[in-house]
Amino acid sequence: MELLRLSTAGSVDDGKSTLIGRLLYDSKGVYEDQLASVRHAANGNGNGLDLALLTDGLRAEREQGITIDVAYRYFSTPRRKFIIADTPGHEQYTRNMATGASTANLAVILVDARYGVRPQSRRHAYIAWLLGIPHLVVAVNKMDLVDFREEVFESIRADFSEFAARLHGADLHFIPISALEGDNVVAKSARMPWFDGASLLHHLETVHIASDLNLNDFRFPVQQVSRPHADFRGYAGQIASGVVSVGDPVMALPSGRTSRIQSIVTFDGPLESAFAPMAVTLCLEDELDISRGDMLVHPSNLPQAARRFDATVVWMSEKPLEPGALYLLKQTTSQVKASAAELRGKVDINRLEKVAAGELRLNEIGEVTVETHRPLFFDAYRRNRATGCFILIDPLTNETAGAGMIAEPRPRQTGRVAGPGGFTAGRVTPAERYSRAGHRPAVVWLSGEREAAYRLERALFDRGCLVLAMEGDAETLAERAEALAAAGFIAVCRPDTPFEAPRGAIGTHLTAATELCRLLEEKGILPGMSLSGGEGI
Amino acid sequence: MDRYTLSHLRSLEAESIHILREVAAEFARPVMLYSIGKDSSVMVRLAQKAFYPGRIPFPLLHIDTTYKFHEMIEFRDRFTAEIGARLIVHTNRKAIEEGANPFRLGTQKCCALLKTRALLDALAEGGFDAAFGGARRDEEKSRAKERIYSFRDAYGQWDPKNQRPELWNLFNGRVDKGESIRVFPLSNWTELDVWQYIELENIPIAPLYFARPRCVVVRGGMLLPFEREIPLLPGEKPEMVMCRMRSLGCTYCTGAIRSEADTIPKIVAEMIGFRRSERENRVIDHDQEGSMELKKREGYF
Repeated sequence: MELLRLSTAGSVDDGKSTLIGRLLYDSKGVYEDQLASVRHAANGNGNGLDLALLTDGLRAEREQGITIDVAYRYFSTPRRKFIIADTPGHEQYTRNMATGASTANLAVILVDARYGVRPQSRRHAYIAWLLGIPHLVVAVNKMDLVDFREEVFESIRADFSEFAARLHGADLHFIPISALEGDNVVAKSARMPWFDGASLLHHLETVHIASDLNLNDFRFPVQQVSRPHADFRGYAGQIASGVVSVGDPVMALPSGRTSRIQSIVTFDGPLESAFAPMAVTLCLEDELDISRGDMLVHPSNLPQAARRFDATVVWMSEKPLEPGALYLLKQTTSQVKASAAELRGKVDINRLEKVAAGELRLNEIGEVTVETHRPLFFDAYRRNRATGCFILIDPLTNETAGAGMIAEPRPRQTGRVAGPGGFTAGRVTPAERYSRAGHRPAVVWLSGEREAAYRLERALFDRGCLVLAMEGDAETLAERAEALAAAGFIAVCRPDTPFEAPRGAIGTHLTAATELCRLLEEKGILPGMSLSGGEGI
Repeated sequence: MDRYTLSHLRSLEAESIHILREVAAEFARPVMLYSIGKDSSVMVRLAQKAFYPGRIPFPLLHIDTTYKFHEMIEFRDRFTAEIGARLIVHTNRKAIEEGANPFRLGTQKCCALLKTRALLDALAEGGFDAAFGGARRDEEKSRAKERIYSFRDAYGQWDPKNQRPELWNLFNGRVDKGESIRVFPLSNWTELDVWQYIELENIPIAPLYFARPRCVVVRGGMLLPFEREIPLLPGEKPEMVMCRMRSLGCTYCTGAIRSEADTIPKIVAEMIGFRRSERENRVIDHDQEGSMELKKREGYF
C-alpha cells in the first residue's frame, strides 16, 4: 500500500472542512466516540451532524471560531494511506499553506461553484505550484447549489486553466463535487451524468505518484558517522534522491575524494541497492574523512556547488527579512551561516506579479539572492525537492524565519557540474568561477614568516575557499600564481628570494590569519561577512 | 518503476529513522520516554534500526506512577534488558508518600503530580535537551496540530499559537538554556499503522494487549481491571470478562475492551473493523472538553 500526502486550504465558506469531514467519515477515518464529542460540542444542535466540526481542533479555535494552524488528518482505504495537511485559508495563509504543501504529492484546491475562481483559489494554486506539488486537483464544490449544471463547471474549468497556464508544468485535474451531499467525493454521483471522470477519492487512490520522487540523481546527505567499534565505519542517512548499489563509485562532497560503495547496511540485513527515501547506512571501500553535512553522490552526476544562488523565499517571521543580516541556513543535513545579499523583488500574491520590494515581511514571497559562508551542494528545487529546499533560522530568537526554494541557475551565473547532457554551453566565464567558489580569485604575496602562508591557506580552506599556498623563487611563483588565479583560486605566495609584489597582486607584511582574512574581505576578495561571531552565534 | 516504490509502512519507518538520527546528531542529551505501551515498543524498534549496528545512543526513561499494571513492569524490565538499553525509572516519591492517588485527588491532580510533575523533574534532573515521545497525531485533536519537533519553554509548556513552522524534513532544534524540544517520531503513524508494523516486524508487546478472561468492574460502560483495591460503588461487583487493553496507562484509569483477539493478526483484524478511538477508554482525556490540550500546555506529552 502506498502513502499519498495531500494538502488542502480554504476558508470556512468554501466547504473545505466539510470535504475533509466527508472523506474521513465515509472512509471510516473517524471513530464513533469522536463523532459523539462533535455532537456534544455542537451544543444542543442534536439534529444531524456537522462534518466540519470534525476537523476543528483546539479549544482556543472553537472559542474564537477560527483555525490557527496546520492540522494533520489520516485516513486510509484498502488501496492507499492518506495524510492530509489541512491549512486555514485566512490570515497567515501563505506561511501555513507553504508548510502544508512542502511535503505534499497532491493539492486539493476548492472552488465554490457559485462564485467561480476567486483570488484565494488562485493563491492556493500558486503556492502549491511554488512548493513543487506535482498534482493539483481543482474540486468545484457546492454543485448542488447550482443545480449540478455542466456549463457552470465548464466555465470554471476554462477560467482556471487560463490562469494556470502561467504555472509551468502543473498537472491539473478538475472534479465537480458536493462535499455536503457527498456527490463525486467517495462515490460517483448519479446527479452529474455529464461528468465522465472518476470521484475525488478514486482519483486520490489511483493518481500515479511513483514517479514524483527523483530517482535519477543520487544524493546522500550524511546525517551521522556510525562508528560503534573499531572495525566498522559507516555513514548513516536518508537517501534524498536517486538509487545506489553496492560497487557504485561515489564522491564525497565537499572534499571531492572518491571511493566505492562496499556495503549497504540495515538492521534487517545488507542490501544490494537502495533508493529514495530509504534510511540506510553506507560503508565505503576506502577510509575518507567524511562528517555530518557532507554529501555522497555519483561522480558522473554532481549537484551544483555555490556560495551564492537565487531562491524564492517565503517569509514566516514577524521581523522582516533584513538584507545583509546573518541567518542560519539549514539545507539537507548541513547548516551554514547565510545572508540575503539582495532582495530582487517580491510576488504580489493576489495578482501573481513580481513587484519591487524594499523589505520582505511576514507571509510575503520574495526573490532573494542568498550568500552562504561555505559552499552548498544542491539542485534546483524544480529538479529535486529534497536538495533544493532550505530554511532560515534567526540566530537570536531561534525561530524559523523563512523557507526557501533554490532557483535554476541564471545563465552565465553558474555552470551546472552535472554529467552527460547537463553541461552549460559556451566557455566558462570568470563570473561563473566566482559564483562556484563564492569568492574572487587573488594573488597574495607574503613577506613575513613562512608559516603565515600555510596558516592563511588553512583559514581560507576551512571557509570553503579554493586556495593554494606555495614557496619558491619569486619568478616561478608569479607564473604559477597567475595560472591559479585564472582558475579562480586564491594563490598565496611566500617567495624565498627578494621580490616586489607584481601588479594586481596583494602584497603585505601581515602574518596573523585573521588579519589576512580581514584584509581580503576589505579588498572584496571574500564576501563581506564578518568572521568575528565564530560558529557559536 | 514499482521496484522503486516503498510501502506506506516502510515510508513511515524511513521518516521516523531520519528524525531519530537528526536528534541524536544535533542534541547534546536526548532521552526517549518509554511508556511500555505498543507505541513505545515501535519507537524503540525504530531506534534500534536507526543506529544499527551501534546501540541506541540515549537512555530510555520510564515515569512510574506506581499505579501501573504489574505485567507492564515485568515486561519493561525483561524487554529493556533483552535489547541492552539503558533504562531510567523515575517516580515522584514525595507525592506518593503524601498519599497521591486518583480517588483522593481526582484523576486530573493525580496525573499532574505523578506524570507531568514527575516527567518535568526527571528531564531537569537528567539535563535532557530533547525528549522523544511516542504520541501520534491521530490520537487526539490537539495532537493533530503538534509539530514533530515540539518546542517547550523552560517550564516544559507548549504554546499552540506560537509553534515553529515545520517544512520538508528540515527541523529547527535550536533552543536556549533551559528550553527543550519534545520530539514525536511517530507523528504520522496511525493506530492501525502501529499494529500492522508490530505484525510485520514481530515486535514484542506487553501481554495486556492480548485478550484473556480478566477480573473487571463495569463502570459507566468502561471495563476497569480489578487489579488493585478499586473502591467499589454501590451495586458494583467484580466479574470475569474476556477482554484486552487497547492502550496502556495506570490501573485505575485505563479501561479494557471486550475482545477475543489473542494474537497480533487477530488484533489487526479487529482494528480494521473498529469504530471507536483508542483513547476512549482513558479516563483522563474526558475530564473536560479539550483536557488533553490543557495538559499539554502544562508540560504533558
